[in-house]
Amino acid sequence: MQGYSKDGTDRTNMTKADIDVVAPDIIEKLDRVKGCRHHFPLLRQRVNGKALVYLDNAATSQKPQIVIDSMMRYYQEENSNIHRGVHYLSERATQAYEAVRSKVQHFLNAASRREIVFVRGTTEAINLVANSYGRNHVEKGDEVIISGMEHHSNIVPWQILCQETGAKLRVIPINDDGEILMDEYERLLTERTKMVALVHVSNALGTINSVKQMIGLAHERGVPVLIDGAQAVPHMRVDVSDLDCDFYAISSHKVFGPTGVGVLYGKEKHLEAMPPYQGGGDMIKSVTFEKTIYNDLPYKFEAGTPNIGGGIGFGAAIDYVNNMDMGAVAAYERDLLEYATENISSIKGVQIIGTAKEKASVLSFVIDGIHAHDIGTILDSEGIAVRTGHHCAQPVMQRFGIPATARASFAFYNTKEEIDALVSGVHKVIEVLG
Amino acid sequence: MPALRELYQEIILDHNKSPRNYRKIEDANRKVEGYNPLCGDHYTVYVKYENDVIKDISFDGAGCAISKASGSVMTSMLKGKTREEAEQLFAEFHKLVKGELNPEENMDHLGRLAAFSGVSEFPARVKCASLAWHTMYAALNNKETTVSTE
Ligand SMILES: Cc1ncc(COP(=O)(O)O)c(C=O)c1O
Repeated sequence: MQGYSKDGTDRTNMTKADIDVVAPDIIEKLDRVKGCRHHFPLLRQRVNGKALVYLDNAATSQKPQIVIDSMMRYYQEENSNIHRGVHYLSERATQAYEAVRSKVQHFLNAASRREIVFVRGTTEAINLVANSYGRNHVEKGDEVIISGMEHHSNIVPWQILCQETGAKLRVIPINDDGEILMDEYERLLTERTKMVALVHVSNALGTINSVKQMIGLAHERGVPVLIDGAQAVPHMRVDVSDLDCDFYAISSHKVFGPTGVGVLYGKEKHLEAMPPYQGGGDMIKSVTFEKTIYNDLPYKFEAGTPNIGGGIGFGAAIDYVNNMDMGAVAAYERDLLEYATENISSIKGVQIIGTAKEKASVLSFVIDGIHAHDIGTILDSEGIAVRTGHHCAQPVMQRFGIPATARASFAFYNTKEEIDALVSGVHKVIEVLG
Repeated sequence: MPALRELYQEIILDHNKSPRNYRKIEDANRKVEGYNPLCGDHYTVYVKYENDVIKDISFDGAGCAISKASGSVMTSMLKGKTREEAEQLFAEFHKLVKGELNPEENMDHLGRLAAFSGVSEFPARVKCASLAWHTMYAALNNKETTVSTE
């Protein structure tokens, strides 16, 4: 079960900063990563009489104190509606909110603020593209390509689009390790392909896909690519300019920010040409009953009062992540994953699902004769939070012929001691139900 | 731990390991699939229902220990019962797993069902425990051919 790279130097999606990790001061760097744990107040609590072991980070991450504080401060001192008041508070709130847009732009290395659209999360970002870009470019007989390891949010919007237009959804198969079959992908790319939508890091399997290469292949045929980056941003630096993707979707809550906020990055040339997704306040320049003139980018896609407080919290989360050495984070998480993989897979009757060479810190597993739901309940009684079920990726479960998995997903604030607790928890599951 | 022992009582562990009536009934006149989309539990309940009596009842499929044990205990209790009796037991079972029925005071008629009282401490598992029952209910009432907990 050695399905991950050990030294990190061959990870295609890693930036130079990540590669620098292999420096001699690594121990100190890793200690600094681990030292961040105390920034997360929730992690101090006890559950069922045991110290909480939170291993459900792929579902949502915990929030550092500065994120919580930033939102409280916003509501205590700045709360006001944005873009529409001349008064002091409205100005202040608008500035704070718009400053977050610039933070996101730099966080993703987008070319312009105009390419950063605030949405509710990854799901809404993908729906926006499927509805606005999709309906204008996809017709009967066309094809949309996705992979066999997509989250439902990167399947269903395209399925709806295909049903409505008469286009076909094509799925790139994956191998037994949970890796995309590149030859199959190339075979599927044809003149009928109008869109490719791919997950950067799989939430169910942990696989890190070679999206840059896949984007290049699509572009050779003039096909735009949307990347679902929900699970990528918590683990690695993402550079949309370097990837050259057409769209990139993320959720704040997976990257230590609050729920209810996310971002759609889109290349300006696409966003400019796309019709609005929703109508309402803020997305217009002028309205008469005869005609409405839409606002400029990115506001054209931001109808209604947004989640201002959430946006402010997201900004604080980005500041927090920017202060971390993401290379060290990647190395630390790789070490955790390696330790967990070794110790969990050596338990008799346990099988790891998702053994790709390039993996983020997600460990899905099944135990012979024991349903994931029972695993989850028994681990919970030990204070250990894991996700059990199909992880909103039912086709992945079907691919592996299993109803569900238990999934432990790690963040940089998790420790080897917590993995030891997970290992004893799994032994206990087998003791109770085996 | 006490709560966990209450949930996974010996009866439940036993019925999970060796489920009773875990088979198809070839000449069943009622057959309904039950599905819990949240966790993927999936069972089929077969009933031979004649003259308002459950002549035979069985189930097969896959799911967690709680749902499988529940199907096993349910089928072993319902054989020979009328529809009204079966529905009466279902109503009691439902109250039991939701913590609305004291098992001690109702031991006489609950019988082995009392083993499911621990489920009430685990709200996320109530659906697991009730899946087979909902499916049986649909079968007796000649409802849809598939029921879902969602
Ligand atoms: C890979 C992936 N894509 C998309 C989503 C959807 O994100 P959200 O629910 O925040 O819209 C998730 C979250 O579970 C995910 O893991």
